[in-house]
Amino acid sequence: MTARVMNLFESIGFSWLVSIMKLFTLQNPKEQIENLLRTLGVPLFAFAVFLGIWHAGASQIETSLGKVPGPVAVWDQTVGLWEEHKAERLKEAAFYERQEERNAKKLAKNPDAKIKIRDYTGKPTYIDQIFTSLKTVFAGFLLASAIAIPLGIICGLSNTMYTAMNPIIQLFKPVSPLAWLPIVTLVVSALYVSDDPVFAKSFVNSAITVTLCCLWPTLINTIVGVSSLDNDLVNVSKVLRLNWWTKITKIVLPSSVPMIFTGLRLSLGVGWMVLIAAEMLAQNPGLGKFVWDEFQNGSSQSLGRIMVAVLTIGFIGFLLDRLMLSLQKSFSWDKDAIVR
Amino acid sequence: MQGYLTIEQVHMDFDTPKGTFKALDNVTLKIDKGEFVSLIGHSGCGKSTVLNIVAGLLVSTQGSVLLDGKEVNEPGPERAVVFQNHSLLPWLTAYQNVELAVKQVFKNSMSKKEMDEWIKHNLHLVHMDHAMNKRPGEISGGMKQRVGIARALAMKPKVLLMDEPFGALDALTRAHLQDSVMEIQAELNNTVIMITHDVDEAVLLSDRIVMMTNGPAATIGEILEIDLPRPRHRLELADDSKYNHYRAEVLRFLHERHSNPNAA
Repeated sequence: MTARVMNLFESIGFSWLVSIMKLFTLQNPKEQIENLLRTLGVPLFAFAVFLGIWHAGASQIETSLGKVPGPVAVWDQTVGLWEEHKAERLKEAAFYERQEERNAKKLAKNPDAKIKIRDYTGKPTYIDQIFTSLKTVFAGFLLASAIAIPLGIICGLSNTMYTAMNPIIQLFKPVSPLAWLPIVTLVVSALYVSDDPVFAKSFVNSAITVTLCCLWPTLINTIVGVSSLDNDLVNVSKVLRLNWWTKITKIVLPSSVPMIFTGLRLSLGVGWMVLIAAEMLAQNPGLGKFVWDEFQNGSSQSLGRIMVAVLTIGFIGFLLDRLMLSLQKSFSWDKDAIVR
Repeated sequence: MQGYLTIEQVHMDFDTPKGTFKALDNVTLKIDKGEFVSLIGHSGCGKSTVLNIVAGLLVSTQGSVLLDGKEVNEPGPERAVVFQNHSLLPWLTAYQNVELAVKQVFKNSMSKKEMDEWIKHNLHLVHMDHAMNKRPGEISGGMKQRVGIARALAMKPKVLLMDEPFGALDALTRAHLQDSVMEIQAELNNTVIMITHDVDEAVLLSDRIVMMTNGPAATIGEILEIDLPRPRHRLELADDSKYNHYRAEVLRFLHERHSNPNAA
């Protein structure tokens, strides 16, 4: 069990966690401390230098909203946002409590009375925005993968399909998400008409914009992965007369898994960047809207809060990449392959 | 006489940017059931093209291949191929590699238990019982080729096609594998076509050696019957005059009459 956890940490680039774990179980403590210094100490030192430069540099720049926030101011805003989130949750709980009491009283007076249950409509907190963004990016990313992987396999296997698709791919690949956004918004408004929509329109807009940008890296990498299939293995499948399903599951997919995952990782990274921009421009709920709102708000806290958002976006992007990396490790047949 | 496997006036042209390249010119060969035939010639002479046509991986421009009375026009497991670089699926273990073939060929005629026994039997035949659950990346080149042979044998092919099966191996490993092939051949008496560029290997293993002229427009130059009693042992044969005579015949063909055009 511990060995598996250690392997996981090792594989996703947290080898310092492994050293700490080993240190606690007293395996070769001297070596562990040395290893810890190397794997954790060096990055920590570099980060400290970065904070120092930031601190010194920030105080030099005066903007219309005051000084550019340094690390301390940003930390204060982080705490502030968390406190706001907790306060908002308390208010929400109180609201539902009051509503329940009111309804209970009504029912006590008259058992047939119609009671109304209303949702709380307070403004979303920073934490809510993070989760909205995450949901949106995954929805868009999954949709894109569901299209790009099968299409990539078909294009990789068939030269005709590749020749047919290639110009379209090349044409749309370089298009910025922001160019798509107005079209997506209008098309979604026209087609997604429902009195009781399962998803909010803004969510669909953002997700589809993410999809349009997530498609390409996965598609192109899948095509390359599939078409570079070893010719000998193709011959094996011919001699065995494998049907196309067996051929794909037994030969094509396993051999192109590394390339497909490289594509997926790039896609998720692109999707996350695109989403923030789309949310800013379209005022769709999420971290992007938070940044834009703070910019418009223009209080003395705004720059600090935007900085918190910037760091959050970066940190989440990093975690998403690590997530894909560990998925890649667990799907790949070659456990010894070096992936970074 | 109608052979078990007949290659009848096969011509092969390839379209290249520089125009048509005539690789094979009128190749005709009849092979009996249970016969072990080697194709030998310099590299680029079209040995592999002949094998690929028999396998059905290439379609000849003219002429035909008949196996057991049926025309060959697509690849199939009754003409199993042992490829030069083993061509095992690296994500499957030795057992699973053979299993893939067995499941494909015998899915309607064998029960699960029979398949399992048949897979193990074939791996045992090539002395790979001990590494059944290892992936190709974890075993040596010679072992990989053994598994490749087991996979081909497990298809119960009418003819076994071997494309320089030991070309990528070192001399000692190659000798071991040649002994294994002779042992298996004595037991199963398969019909085999083997491509080789190793004269000793050809004489040691074959009933007949088919010597090919150099390309372009390569064809069969000479056919040499190897009339040595089986079982054959490489050490005893080393001083055998008949063996050395055959060896010299092949060498003479390759180096006097049809020396390598590409040699420096």
